[in-house]
Amino acid sequence: MATRSGSRFRTDHGLVARMGATLFLIGALYVIVFALLVAKGIAYGPLIVIAAGLLFAQYYFSDKMALYGMGGRIVTPEEAPELHGIVDRLCALADMPKPRVAIADTDIPNAFATGRNPKHAVVCATTGIMRRLDTEELEGVLSHELSHVAHRDVAVMTFASFLGMCAGMITRFAYYSGLFGGFGGDRDDEDNGAPALIVIMLVSMIVYVVSFLLTRTLSRYRELSADRSGAYLTGRPSALAAALQKVTGDMARIPTRDLRSAEAFNAFFFTPALANGFSISTLFSTHPPLEKRLEQLARISVELGQPVA
Amino acid sequence: MGLLDTILGRTKPVKPNLDALFGLPSAAIGLEASLGLNPTGSGSVCVKPTEGGGFAGLREQIDELLKTDNDKYDEIKDSFGFSWITRTGSPEDMSDLVTDLHAVNASLADAGFGPALLCTLVVFRDASNPPIGLVYLYKRGTWYPFAPTGPDRRDNQRELALKAAIGDDLPIEPDLSRWFPVWGAPGL
Repeated sequence: MATRSGSRFRTDHGLVARMGATLFLIGALYVIVFALLVAKGIAYGPLIVIAAGLLFAQYYFSDKMALYGMGGRIVTPEEAPELHGIVDRLCALADMPKPRVAIADTDIPNAFATGRNPKHAVVCATTGIMRRLDTEELEGVLSHELSHVAHRDVAVMTFASFLGMCAGMITRFAYYSGLFGGFGGDRDDEDNGAPALIVIMLVSMIVYVVSFLLTRTLSRYRELSADRSGAYLTGRPSALAAALQKVTGDMARIPTRDLRSAEAFNAFFFTPALANGFSISTLFSTHPPLEKRLEQLARISVELGQPVA
Repeated sequence: MGLLDTILGRTKPVKPNLDALFGLPSAAIGLEASLGLNPTGSGSVCVKPTEGGGFAGLREQIDELLKTDNDKYDEIKDSFGFSWITRTGSPEDMSDLVTDLHAVNASLADAGFGPALLCTLVVFRDASNPPIGLVYLYKRGTWYPFAPTGPDRRDNQRELALKAAIGDDLPIEPDLSRWFPVWGAPGL
């Protein structure tokens, strides 16, 4: 089976198909919404420009914002030789530029990678995760994060969440203009002003909910993809699985207050920081359930274990 | 990585390029002439061992192959979990060393473990200074010099001098941020 420079890597066609379908639905939603806006002659241009500007800033400064939010600090190879050594080797294996390496001084065991493109990326590990995991497990976690960088997940997720953000803003806008002007009755189109606003509010709420669900679905698929690429990069899916189990178990035991302040950054985390006893439906979560991630890693482990032909 | 790969969130492991390995003997002549550096006869292949039976089975085959060859080979595991398969032979015959290293590389790549190859290291030394290594990056098909001077310290000035000396014979990695240190590698 193996040819010169062949590889034991397998593409998961099912995962690729599901992700493709989710992206197609997000695209379709864009088309429908903009067709509706054009057909109805609704001028939400300024609002869309504002939303795009906000989101672009969030995308462009994603590295600085995430580092600031988590209290991460860029470290030199002299300060953190082990972390740098792992990242060096993974980047050489994957043939990607080395991102900046940061450490966040918090006991929450987690890691994240962000940045607008691989050249401006930063990977950050918390002191909590470095204390809990051994070198191979930490390597598994970092390979997952580097896969996020290689897949340009910040760009993809920013694009995917744009419509939801617009819809959310329109909903709020319609709500407030209804509150402060629309229902007041001092307009020319007194008769249909209020119902039109209610329709706009309802439609944008529906768009918001649908887009939210699709974005979350996409996020879960991106996580599975990053697990997969990371496991193939190190050749050690079991180390990543072990890290996931350790970290996920620990996450539940951390005090709630810390976690609440961390929840806003879930999108780029290795595992989501969910507050104690906070039950959330699978539909809303940014990360796939632990069992699903472990199951995929076990499958890769079996594939890698097959004897050489 | 193409746009489609980005959209679908997939990366394919990068395949190694083994070709530029064979430029080493002529670079060795240049190193001796310009800087007085001689090969020590030591060269290593660094690979990330994949878990499971496939890699373990292949390793047995390689071990068999290596054993028949007068015990020239040795293997150590570094603190990052990478394996260094080291070949120690006569310092005179550089092309023999390159052929042996290529044999190890090719058997790993043929069995589908090409993406797990990290680098090849060949060690040189002169009369007075600590030994230096030339590191070959498979994924880039490029070389870079590595001159350690102690634990976690490297001599950048000497590395740049080495780069100038071998630049005509070997493709040098242009991106300096990829010249990662391999402290504690065998022979250094």
